[in-house]
Amino acid sequence: MSEELNGKGILKGLGVTLKRFLATYWDDIKWLGRRYRTAEGISHRSSKDARGIFTIQYPEEKLPPPEEFRFVPFLVYEEKEDGSREIRCTSCGICSKVCPPQCIWIVRTVDPATGRPRPEPAEFYIDIDICMNCGFCAEFCPFDAIKMDHDYELAVYDRRQNVYGLEKLLKPVSYYAQIRPLNNAREEEARRIKASTRPPAFVTGEKE
Amino acid sequence: MSENELNSPGYDIPPELQGQVAITTLDRLYNWGRRSSVWPLMFGLACCAIEMIVSQASRYDLSRFGMEVMRPSPRQSDLLLISGTVTKKMVPLLVRLYNQMPEPKYVVAMGACASGGGPFKEGYNVVSGIDRYLPVDVYIPGCPPTPQALINGLIRLQEKIDKQSIKQVPWYRKEPIEAIPIPILGPDLIDPRKIPQIKNRKAQEG
Amino acid sequence: MTTAAPHDVPHTVQAGTPDLAARFPGLVAPDERSGYSGWIVTADHLVQVATALRDEFGYDLLSSVTGVDYLPEGKMEVVYHAFKTTGGPGICFKVQTGRDDPQVPSLVSVYPGAELQEREAWDLLGIKFTGHPDLRRILMWEGFNGHPLRKDWQEPYYEDEAKPFKSRSPEGHVYRFEDRNPFGDNVRYPEDFDPEKWTPENPEDLLYKSLKTYQAESPDGIETDHIVVNMGPQHPSTHGVFRFVVALDGEKIVNLKPVMGYLHRNHEKIGERNTYLMNMPYTDRLDYLSPMSNNFAYALTVEKLMGITPPERAEYIRVIMAELTRIANHCMCIGSLLNDLGAFFTPMIYLLEERDLILDVFEATAGSRMMVNYFRFGGVARDIPEDALEKIKGLAFERLPRILDEMDRLMSENEILRARGIGQGVLTAEDAIRYSATGPLLRGSGVPYDIRRADPYSIYDRFEFDIPVGKNGDIYDRYIIRLEEMRQSVRIIQQALKQMPEGPVMVGKPQYQFRPPVGESYGRVEGPKGELGFYIVSNGKPTPWRYHVRAPSFINLTAFGPMCVGQKVADTVAILGSIDIVLGEVDR
Repeated sequence: MSEELNGKGILKGLGVTLKRFLATYWDDIKWLGRRYRTAEGISHRSSKDARGIFTIQYPEEKLPPPEEFRFVPFLVYEEKEDGSREIRCTSCGICSKVCPPQCIWIVRTVDPATGRPRPEPAEFYIDIDICMNCGFCAEFCPFDAIKMDHDYELAVYDRRQNVYGLEKLLKPVSYYAQIRPLNNAREEEARRIKASTRPPAFVTGEKE
Repeated sequence: MSENELNSPGYDIPPELQGQVAITTLDRLYNWGRRSSVWPLMFGLACCAIEMIVSQASRYDLSRFGMEVMRPSPRQSDLLLISGTVTKKMVPLLVRLYNQMPEPKYVVAMGACASGGGPFKEGYNVVSGIDRYLPVDVYIPGCPPTPQALINGLIRLQEKIDKQSIKQVPWYRKEPIEAIPIPILGPDLIDPRKIPQIKNRKAQEG
Repeated sequence: MTTAAPHDVPHTVQAGTPDLAARFPGLVAPDERSGYSGWIVTADHLVQVATALRDEFGYDLLSSVTGVDYLPEGKMEVVYHAFKTTGGPGICFKVQTGRDDPQVPSLVSVYPGAELQEREAWDLLGIKFTGHPDLRRILMWEGFNGHPLRKDWQEPYYEDEAKPFKSRSPEGHVYRFEDRNPFGDNVRYPEDFDPEKWTPENPEDLLYKSLKTYQAESPDGIETDHIVVNMGPQHPSTHGVFRFVVALDGEKIVNLKPVMGYLHRNHEKIGERNTYLMNMPYTDRLDYLSPMSNNFAYALTVEKLMGITPPERAEYIRVIMAELTRIANHCMCIGSLLNDLGAFFTPMIYLLEERDLILDVFEATAGSRMMVNYFRFGGVARDIPEDALEKIKGLAFERLPRILDEMDRLMSENEILRARGIGQGVLTAEDAIRYSATGPLLRGSGVPYDIRRADPYSIYDRFEFDIPVGKNGDIYDRYIIRLEEMRQSVRIIQQALKQMPEGPVMVGKPQYQFRPPVGESYGRVEGPKGELGFYIVSNGKPTPWRYHVRAPSFINLTAFGPMCVGQKVADTVAILGSIDIVLGEVDR
């Protein structure tokens, strides 16, 4: 090496580190009391102006997941006024067809009286140990019945619990509206338009 | 350990001593020390390893849990974080790493692949979950689990450590802890524990 | 040659590519299968034709070598894609052979960059390359039963030829694969296999034998033994489960062999069972540090096959996302390179902060930090939300330029980085091309070859940006190039944000079933690590017949051994860090 090793470069670098170090205190003082454990502070710490302490102190404070965030899927059900629930899923099987690792199993309900299939799932399983959180099932579901969850705190001690059945997958539509308000509003709107432009089947006698 | 916990050990403190002495059980003290200094093995397998590195970095900062000391040697670590797809080619080395770790040791399966094969489960070179070979303490679902999900899993592990008792833990017993037999790479992966079964396959199938 | 393809993709002799049939009458024939292009060379004359291609026609960069198993025709085919480093379209040539004992002459003597790729074709398809200097298995272990990518080879958990599997609905009673295997595990043994009589051949023997093939120097006439050191797969500096074996003379490296496959997740075999769309989320897991680029390359390849183009706005979104990915990837790369050089964690942590801010954008747009699954054939999955767009603007116009200057001040003049980087791990321009290196590794050696400029795809011809090149081809040059590339990416993002039109982000309605016409397609992008290519053969079914990934990290590793010879053992980690590999892509 011909160039001089005078340590200037190292000092220059240390200057950057020192500046960053001081910025920590500067920001803490500037944001006194509002920087930690407030929604405002969290959003500031993940904005373009973030500097100083960058840490999100999980579990005391949590990063708010963006609307499109996806973890494992869940099934949406409508809450009826009489307390019963109506599952949106019609067990058409599209989600299990598009699922890349094929982790969705659906058993269709068969009407015991007629022996013909009814549009609701008798059993619905998702193997969380295979699921790759890709979101195709939610994207291609024609009934808005399967959606991607925001809940990521799912660690367990026994992995036999990781095959989710209907009971674990079902969540009310109010929960869905809460985690994905924009998506829900858009879908509600689309359903409303569809319902208003097409006359109900029993009036015209048409069958779909 | 919070103040509240320290002052309510489950033993009666005479009224005149309350607020002046702290009583705890040996178990609690011991577990408090252990849970706050879990050192993971510096070892990443696949995609999940990146999320593991990110949770070590400043945004999620695992040192808040005393887990920032990632040791590159298994001899110095307490926690084996299986962060990614375990392949058949890798499994003998993983088992060896586990055997080299001193007790007490914990295994966390991070992500779908480590727990059960994940999206690659059907592949010919993928092990369907590390729990076929190693005892796993906590499974964290997700593909990959976000750093917050990983920390959530590690908190679960701390809760598990809290429940252990010196009297029952296997590493203070007289009986030696058997090492896990290391799988062999043959025409396919051979688990030494299953050799008789492989040999008797014909009889079983018939 | 006439166009037999039903779509307007150039499948004939392209303008600017030579007519090989005229140059080698009788030895080379045009590939006239419908939807195919390129030339079929007779096996005996392959080396002759390849030499002429390299020397007469200037196709100096052999990009991709792969095999295809045409089971119904009873043929094996080896497909080569070669390009000129001066730019322009590439040329594709093929060799056909029988399935029973497929033998093809090796091209390592003409293009040394074929070495690892031919080994892979041998390992996975069982094609023997005669004259290959070191033909061993590469991804599986020595002694493994069969060649898994052959179409008649079935894995233990085999369920059906193609997805979706019929057992999932409407009578989908849940089960786990392992419950159906007699051993309760993902294994299958040959019929006559008896574990007690079986004597394991040490899979490492061949490796050590091949390590010993160097010419031992003994200037003073004294014979010295060389020490063999294994690094990895569990090693903090190998960036994952990569392993290499070095033979040392004192501290000097006399030979180095990479060993890989510890993360071989059967991407291609699974990909040949998936439908076209299903492969999209799997590509995220190839190079998991730059998922948007992987999506990009795969979407381009399939779109080429189907002859669709995405709408304007989608093109801009794609470019923005791909460049953000490049920045995120280089953050990680520079951080870990500096880590390997002893700058423990400070640069890494600073740069990971920026990466996290970029991942926040991905999370808000695509839904996931790493496994984005964002591109679709004919567009992207959804528009960028308002708040994410604001974030990108903040990053591109304010934060990233400032931080990059700060990082430059922090690191570039650091004496330790310069002492350990300048003049170390040198790869000359000629060697880089010979070893098929691409990306920052090639540009660091002074070859201004960037696919975004050399063979522009998508809308890259609309942006102004520079291609930084190095002078010496050493570690420091590769570092400085990456820093400069991040600046150029910021420039591209700024231009794209200004020009981006309103409009749809997807052609037509989202659909999940695609049936591209019969044919082949090779699509490539300039990924953060180099040329990322996909080679897809379609037989008109919803699943690809052949799905091959030309992974830059994997092929760049061909140059790793030659670069390290003569260096000190401590430099290997820095050299490896400067190549920038990701094991998900190396092993696939």
